[in-house]
Amino acid sequence: MRNLSELAGEVRSGGQGRTYAIVAGLILLAFLYPELVDPLESIPLIGDFVPRTDSMVVMIVFTMMAVGLNVVVGYAGLLDLGYVAFYAAGAYTAGWFASGHFEQVTFDFLSTAPDNAVGIHVSMWLVLIMAGVFTTIVGILIGLPTLRLRGDYLAIVTLGFGEIVPQFVRNGDSIGGFDLTNGTFGISPIDSLGFGDFVFRSESNRAELFYWTAVLLLLFTVFCCLRLESSRLGRAWIAIREDETAAAAMGIPLMRTKTWAYAIGAFFGGVAGAFYASFKSGAFPADFYFNISVFLLCMVILGGIGSLWGVILGGMILGYLNVEGLATLGSRLQEGGLDFDPTKYQFGIYGLIIVAIMLFRPTGLIPERRHKIEMEEGVQDTPLYDVAQGNVTTEQDQDRP
Amino acid sequence: MTAALDRLRASSYVDKVGLTLVAVVLAWLVVNFAKSPAEFVNVMLIGLTNGAIYGVVALGYTLVYGILQLINFAHGDVFALGGLSASTVIVSLLGLDTDSSVPVIVGGMLLVLVVVMTSFALINATIERIAYKPLRSAPRLAPLITAIGVSFIVQNIALAFYGVNFRSVPNFVPTTDVFDVGGISYTWKKLVALLIVVPLLLILTWFVKQTKQGKAMRAVAQDREASAMMGIDVNRTISVTFLIAGALAGAAGIVFLLQFNMRYDTGFELGLIAFTAAVLGGIGNLTGAVLGAIVIGLIQAFNEGLTWLAPGSDWTRTIVFGILILILVFRPEGILGERTPEGA
Repeated sequence: MRNLSELAGEVRSGGQGRTYAIVAGLILLAFLYPELVDPLESIPLIGDFVPRTDSMVVMIVFTMMAVGLNVVVGYAGLLDLGYVAFYAAGAYTAGWFASGHFEQVTFDFLSTAPDNAVGIHVSMWLVLIMAGVFTTIVGILIGLPTLRLRGDYLAIVTLGFGEIVPQFVRNGDSIGGFDLTNGTFGISPIDSLGFGDFVFRSESNRAELFYWTAVLLLLFTVFCCLRLESSRLGRAWIAIREDETAAAAMGIPLMRTKTWAYAIGAFFGGVAGAFYASFKSGAFPADFYFNISVFLLCMVILGGIGSLWGVILGGMILGYLNVEGLATLGSRLQEGGLDFDPTKYQFGIYGLIIVAIMLFRPTGLIPERRHKIEMEEGVQDTPLYDVAQGNVTTEQDQDRP
Repeated sequence: MTAALDRLRASSYVDKVGLTLVAVVLAWLVVNFAKSPAEFVNVMLIGLTNGAIYGVVALGYTLVYGILQLINFAHGDVFALGGLSASTVIVSLLGLDTDSSVPVIVGGMLLVLVVVMTSFALINATIERIAYKPLRSAPRLAPLITAIGVSFIVQNIALAFYGVNFRSVPNFVPTTDVFDVGGISYTWKKLVALLIVVPLLLILTWFVKQTKQGKAMRAVAQDREASAMMGIDVNRTISVTFLIAGALAGAAGIVFLLQFNMRYDTGFELGLIAFTAAVLGGIGNLTGAVLGAIVIGLIQAFNEGLTWLAPGSDWTRTIVFGILILILVFRPEGILGERTPEGA
């Protein structure tokens, strides 16, 4: 194994300027993407596989959620199988505060909705923040009673919440006679992003406007995560991930630190959910189910648990497959005379990716340095690890008749 | 009485909240019973039967958890695939139908049980060999995540073979009543489930308690390293555990198929319910799994069948998962389990 610290040193000393240049170039490319789509699509053979701008919006939204999930799963090492609950909470916040759902009131605050429209219409930009805050509160409420559990118990509780929240929104059309979520129909239409009369949804370059907003949101998320990674809190998360008992012994407040991980992870999920609801103009209960949680988890695993750049890569790859790639591939296969529809088996394909990654490259496409060491040398985060780690079949065992 | 009161006073506020919840549920049941006793007992019998079926699935979770500390998410989907393959064997190969004679039905069912249980035992053991064994020394979340992946793969295999439509088998087991006393009735169809489940549970108990292999399983579950030092072949024991769990999943699939429709994704939801049952009973504890499953079966039946203040089937999932969360928060060791470091 080549010395990792040496490698890291190289990057830090010589490569810093180059890294910045690469990142700046990528950001520039990302903003110019809508202009590049047309030339790219005209390339023969691979042109069909180039994602359209509105597909890119969806891909970025899911990537943003994956980056949020990475805070919980990657940094703090808390397996969350119910992230879809935060997505739903964000989307429904948008539904409550930026649509005509509550017919009882008429309230407008800097929104893009027509004047005197019924319902609550708060500016969608504010709603993004409100969704983040509300989801953070949901995250803390879910976290407080459950975070004292460890490992797979926590995974199961989050899974439970991930199942309860969608059923709650599906059945929430008469909570004591009050229509909170409009049941299976969902809340629609939800206001568009925009400024006064400049409404994104009614502009001709609507996809581009939403796309640029999505890129900005993702950049903001990435910036927050980068700062968090090396902050006191981020280091505390990694300490907990590596060894909870030792972290507690070193004076890290376990509950508070874990709850922060939950809250911050939830915040990004909520903002992404609200943004997506505004893009799609609706929050529908059919969108929130367990598979989405697994899909997001799959992005994190594919990219590399805890590795910010990896998760973005994993998110874009899987997001692309989900939105466009598999469908394009399917139509290509059918043109070639093969009757196979990959979109029907998309979750089987994601399952294969998860298993393959776990078996052959458990650190993901772009491994995070510390996590790689943890995977190779093992960690000591529960007493049971001692048992699990011992190489049970030694030569001695096999010698026995 | 005073002793009980003292214990109540000494218990923490967490326990008091838990006990209050249980008391509210019991009061609700008593009122419902008083309102219409016959209906209550009928609903209870349905709950018991369903609980027995859940129990067989829950045992698969608890066996694997006991030995590997792994929540085998794929178990529910193996169960569903088992049931669906049983429908193929019953309908296409054996051609059992409502007019088949009794010996043909009994013989056919035994044959289906043997075929499906054997093949799914092997399938489950193969899954372990391919997907979980290489991760034996990885951090514990690694096999858990892999199990979720396997779950989706198995589900999609079922989807590829059986499509999105629900499958069922003809009612060759009569739906007539075994007994009907004062409005309380029980059908043959339900009794068949018990006729399959109860012997299976007895055989499993005997196997785990009495045989050498069963003792090896318990030893490995207790301390893998020490068992290896005592000369137990740990890998073989784990394989045997997965064989048994697979056989149970196959059997549960058959029993479930006789009662309900099923399709490729039935296993996921039922798997979660069964897992909740296993946690409720105390994960890793065999008796606990069956007990927990019966409690869950009863809760579900009461929720969907009773008339006074019952939330109804729209909320079943919420209630089951609510229970799961409450148990994990208030009493992570379950009804019969022991405290573990994870849940402390």
